[in-house]
Amino acid sequence: MSEWILTVITFLPLVGAFFLFLIKGEDEVVAQNARNVALWSTLVTFAASLVLLVEFDSSQSGFQFEITREWLGGNITYHMGVDGISILFVILTTFLTPLCILASWQSITTRVKEYMIAFLILETLMIGVFCALDLVLFYLFFEAGLIPMFIIIGVWGGARRVYASFKFFLYTLLGSVLLLIALIAMYVMAGTTDIPTLMAHQFPVDLQMWLWLAFFASFAVKLPMWPVHTWLPDAHVEAPTAGSVILAGILLKMGGYGFLRFSLPMFPIASDFFAPLIFTLSVVAVIYTSLVALMQEDMKKLIAYSSVAHMGFVTMGLFAGNLQGIQGGIFQMLSHGIISGALFLCVGVIYDRMHTREIDAYGGLVHRMPIYAGVFLLFTLGNVGLPGTSGFIGEITALLGVYQANNWVALFATTGVVLSAAYGLWLYRRVIFGALEKASLKTITDMNPREIAIFVPLIAATLYLGFYPAAVFDVTNASVENLIQHYTAALDAYQNVLLTAK
Amino acid sequence: MLYKLIVLLPVIGALIGGLLGRWIGHRGAEIITSSLLVLSAILSCVAFYQVAIAGQGPEEAITFFRWFDVGAFEADWALRIDTLTVVMMVVVTGVSSLVHIYSIGYMSHDPHRARFFSYLSLFTFAMLALVTADNLLQMFFGWEGVGLASYLLIGFWYKKPSANAAAIKAFLVNRVGDFGFAIGIMAIFFVFDAVDFDTIFAKAPELAGTNFLFLGQSVDVLTTICLLLFVGAMGKSAQIFLHTWLPDAMEGPTPVSALIHAATMVTAGVFLVCRMSYLFEYAPDALYVVTLVGAVTAFFAASVALVQNDIKRVIAYSTCSQLGYMFFAAGLGAYDAAMFHLFTHAFFKALLFLCAGSVIHGMSDEQDMRNMGGLFKYLPWTGMLMIIGTLSITGVGIPHTLIGFSGFVSKDAIIEGAYAVGTPIGGFAFWIGLIAAAMTAFYSWRLIFMTFFGRPRAPIDIMSHVHESPATMMIPLLVLAFGAIFAGIALQSLFIGSASEGFWGDALLVLGSTGHEVVEAAEQGAHDLPNWVVLGPFVVMLLGLTWAAYWYLKRPDIPERIAANRGLLYLFLLNKWYFDEIYDFLFVRPAKRLGRFLWKRGDGWLIDGFGPDGVAALVLGTTRRAIKLQTGYIYHYAFAMLIGVAAAATYLYVKAVGAL
Repeated sequence: MSEWILTVITFLPLVGAFFLFLIKGEDEVVAQNARNVALWSTLVTFAASLVLLVEFDSSQSGFQFEITREWLGGNITYHMGVDGISILFVILTTFLTPLCILASWQSITTRVKEYMIAFLILETLMIGVFCALDLVLFYLFFEAGLIPMFIIIGVWGGARRVYASFKFFLYTLLGSVLLLIALIAMYVMAGTTDIPTLMAHQFPVDLQMWLWLAFFASFAVKLPMWPVHTWLPDAHVEAPTAGSVILAGILLKMGGYGFLRFSLPMFPIASDFFAPLIFTLSVVAVIYTSLVALMQEDMKKLIAYSSVAHMGFVTMGLFAGNLQGIQGGIFQMLSHGIISGALFLCVGVIYDRMHTREIDAYGGLVHRMPIYAGVFLLFTLGNVGLPGTSGFIGEITALLGVYQANNWVALFATTGVVLSAAYGLWLYRRVIFGALEKASLKTITDMNPREIAIFVPLIAATLYLGFYPAAVFDVTNASVENLIQHYTAALDAYQNVLLTAK
Repeated sequence: MLYKLIVLLPVIGALIGGLLGRWIGHRGAEIITSSLLVLSAILSCVAFYQVAIAGQGPEEAITFFRWFDVGAFEADWALRIDTLTVVMMVVVTGVSSLVHIYSIGYMSHDPHRARFFSYLSLFTFAMLALVTADNLLQMFFGWEGVGLASYLLIGFWYKKPSANAAAIKAFLVNRVGDFGFAIGIMAIFFVFDAVDFDTIFAKAPELAGTNFLFLGQSVDVLTTICLLLFVGAMGKSAQIFLHTWLPDAMEGPTPVSALIHAATMVTAGVFLVCRMSYLFEYAPDALYVVTLVGAVTAFFAASVALVQNDIKRVIAYSTCSQLGYMFFAAGLGAYDAAMFHLFTHAFFKALLFLCAGSVIHGMSDEQDMRNMGGLFKYLPWTGMLMIIGTLSITGVGIPHTLIGFSGFVSKDAIIEGAYAVGTPIGGFAFWIGLIAAAMTAFYSWRLIFMTFFGRPRAPIDIMSHVHESPATMMIPLLVLAFGAIFAGIALQSLFIGSASEGFWGDALLVLGSTGHEVVEAAEQGAHDLPNWVVLGPFVVMLLGLTWAAYWYLKRPDIPERIAANRGLLYLFLLNKWYFDEIYDFLFVRPAKRLGRFLWKRGDGWLIDGFGPDGVAALVLGTTRRAIKLQTGYIYHYAFAMLIGVAAAATYLYVKAVGAL
C-alpha cells in the first residue's frame, strides 16, 4: 500500500478529470456537476495527502514511500518518493487546489467543465513535480504543467490574455529548452536520470558550471528572479483568480524547489561559485520590485511584484547554504504560497463584484465589508511579515541565514521589510479605508458564506504557522541537515583538491 | 499560573471583543474587556509584591510552548519574570485598565466601540508579550505587535484621511527602527549563536572589547550590536530623527494617546535598553550615543512644544522630551533612574492626556488651544487634576528633600545624577536637562493658562455646551492623580534609593558607579553636591512658570504678536524643525519617482523592450521580410527562434561533453 500512495495521490485528480470528461448533458447541469466532481476529487486528494503526512517519518533524512518501476528503459524509470523537503509542497498543492475550485464556483461561467478538467490535470502535474525522483519524469511534469496554465490564462483570462500567455510561454520555454539540454548532458555523463543517484554523482567542476547555469535559466524564470520576472505581473493580471492563486502559490515554488533538489545537491561547487550572483539578483529583486510595487495602480500587479520581492528572500536564503538560510527559504515558500494565494483570493472577492482591479476604483470598503476588511488586513500583515503570522518566520529565518553568509546582503534585503510595509499598507488604505464615496460601491456586499469558507483554512494556516512554525521545521529538518552536510562536504573536498593542486 | 493569567487575560478580552462583538454588543465588549484588564492589573500588583518586594519570583522562565528551533536559532513562548518585568507589568496593566474604564465614557458616542476595546486589549497583550519576553524574537513579536495595535488605533477613525496617513506613517517610521533591531538580532545570533537572554547575557563579558567584521569594517562587537538595537529603540520611543510619527499619532482617540503614546508603548525603547543592560554595560561607546541622542531629543522636543497650538501635540512633544530624559539617564548607566522616571511619567503623562481628552470631550472635539481659554469655571475637576499633572511634570517639590510631586523626585534624580557622573557627556546631559526643564515648565504652564484661564476664545454656542465629564472618566483621573502626587515619594527608596539593590536584584547590570549613586551618597552626607546643582532644576522650573504666567495671563498680546510676526525662529519651531518636509524631500518623493522609473523604464522599456517584446518584434520583422508566411501567432515565431537557440546550445554542449 505505502508503495503506491504517492502514485494514488498524484493521479487521483486525473481520475476526477476523466469522470468530468464523461459528463454530458445540459450546460447548467454539466457545469454544476463539474464543480462538484472537481471539488470532491481535490478534497479526497487532500485527505489522502494528509495520510501521507501522518505516515511520514520526519526523523529520516532520505526518501520515503518510494516506488520504482520500469518505464522508458535505459535506466529511465518511473521513480517517485518524497523527503522532508518535498512533502510539504505536496501538501501545499493539495491544500490550495480545493480552495481554488471553490473560488471559481461562481466567477467561472463559461466552459466550466473544461476549466475544471484543466485544473485537475494541473494538480496532478504539480504534485508530480514534487514527487518525481527521476529527472525525465520531473521534466515531464515540470514542463507539462505549463500547458494547462497556459490554457487557463489564454481561455478564461482577461482582455490582454494573449499577450500575457505569450510572454509567459516565451520566458518559461527559454528556460525549459536549456533544462532539457542539461538533462541530456547529465544522462550522457552519469548514465542515469535517477535523482538520488545523480545526487551522489560527482560532476566535473567545469561541467557543473554549465549545468548549473542551464538549470538556473529554467528555475530563475519560474521563480521568478529579477530580471526575468516581467512575465509574472502580466500573467497574474490576466489570469482568473484561481489561476493567480496556483501561479503564486505553487508554480513559483517549483523554481525554488528545483534549486533545492538539483542545483545545491548536484552542483555544489557551482552553487557556491554562483552564490554571489544569486545574492545580487535577489537583493535587486527585493528593492527594485518593492519600489515598483509601490507605484502600481492595479491590485494584482502590485501583489505580483510583491511576490517577486518575497521570492528574493527565498533565493538568497537557499544559496546562503546554511541551516537557517535553507530552512527559512523553504518556510518562506510555504508561507508565501498561503499568504499570496490568499491575497489574490482577496482581490478576486472584490473583482467578482466590481469587475475591476484598479485601486482607484475602490476606497472605503470597510463601511460595507467589515469581514472582508478584517481578512484582507490579516493577509496584508502576513505579507508585510508581521510576527505572529507565518510571513515573519520565513523572512527572519532566511535573513538570519543570509547574514551569516554575507551581512551586506542581509542589510540590503532587510530594507525590504520597510518597503513591504509601505506598499502593503498603502494599498490597504486606498482600498479599504477612507470614506465610501464612489457611487458604484454603495451597494457592494460583504463576503458570503462560501467565500468565508475559503478563507478560514488560509487564516488558520497563516496564524498556526506563525505561532507554531516548529510544525514545518520539524518535518524539513532532517532532510535539510542532510543536504547541508553533503553540500559542505563537497565544498570542503573541492577546497582540499585545490590546495593539494597548489 | 499567576503570570500566565496576567498576560493572557487581555488577549482573551481582545478576542471576545473582536470576534464576538456583534453578538455581545458594545456594552458587553466594554464590560468584558475592562473587567479582564482590571483583573490582570490586580494580579500584576500581586506579582509586583511577590517578585520585587518579597523576592519570591520564579527562578526560571515560565514556558508556554516551543516556538521554533532551526539549529541553534531557537525560541520558546515564555515569560521571564524579574523586577524589570513586574514594574512594566504594573505600569502597562494599571494604565491600560484605567484607560479602558475612561474610554467607556469617552467613546460612548462612537459606533465602533467593541472594535476599539478589542484593539486596546490587543495592544495590552502585545505590550505584555514584549516586557515578559525571554528571548529577542518574542520581544520582537511584542515590539511589532504593539506597532500593529498602534497602527490600528491611530487609524481608528478610518474615514479621516489624516488619521490614515498618520497610522501608516507611525508603522513605517517604526519599521525603519525595526530594521535596525532586526539586523541587531541577526548580528547577535551571528556572534552569540543564540537569541535567548540567558545565553546572551552570560556570554557578553567574554566578547567585551572584541571585534568582528560588519559591512567590511572591523568594529567592536558589542558596540555595534547595541547601536543596532538602539536604532529600534529610537523608532519605538520617538527619539530625534525617528520621532516624526509621534505628533501625528495624535490623530487617534485621546485614550489611545494616553495609553500607547505616553505611558507604555513609547517607553518600550527605554525598557529595551534597560533589559539589555548586560550588553550595553560592555559597550561604553554605545551608551555615549544613547546619552547624546536622549539629551538632544529632550531639548529638541521641548523647544518644539513651546509654540504648538494643538493641546495634544504639546503633550506629545512633551512625551518625546521626557523619553529623552529617560534615555540619557540610561546612557549614563542609571537604568534604575530611567525606569523610575518611566514609572512616574506613566502616571502624570497619562493624567495629562486623559485630562486633555476630558477638555476635548467637553469642548465638542476642539483641540486648538487658541480657541479655548477660561475653561476652569466650567471644568473645575478637570482643571484641578490637570494642574496636578503639571505640577508633577514640571517637578515641583522641596529641594534638598525627597518631598515633592512624582516628577520632581524622578526627574531631579536624573538631572542631578547627570551632573554627579562627572564626565563631559554627563555634564552635557546635565545642562541640556536643565534647559529642557525650564522649557518644560514654560510649555506645560502655557498649556494650562491658554486652556483654563484668561479670556474665553471659543464661540458662544460651544461655550454653552461645555460640560464636565461623567464619573467613568473622572475616577481613572483621580487614581492617576494620586500616583502623580505620591508615587515618587512612596517608591523612591525602592527604585533608586537605599533599598534599590534588593529591589532590582539581577534584572539590571551596572558596572562602576552611576551619577545618582553619588547623589545618594551626598544625601547621606558622604559627598558634597554643589548647592546650585540641587537648586538648579527648581529655579529653572520657577523661571518657566513665571515667564508663562507673564506672557499668557498678564500680557497675552506679546505671544500673539510674536506669532503674527512669524519670525524665523518661531517658524522653525512651529514647523518642528522642518523634519517632515526634509524627509518628504529626501525619502518619500524620491522613492515614488524611483519606483515609477523602474517600472516604466526598467521593466517596460529595458527588460521587456529588449526581452520578450523585442524578440517578438525582431522575429516578426525578420520573418516578414524573409518569408511571407504568417500563421498570425507571435509565439510561433518566437518558438522558431528558440529552436534555433536550442540547436546552437545543444551543439555547444555535445561538443563540451565530448571534449571531456
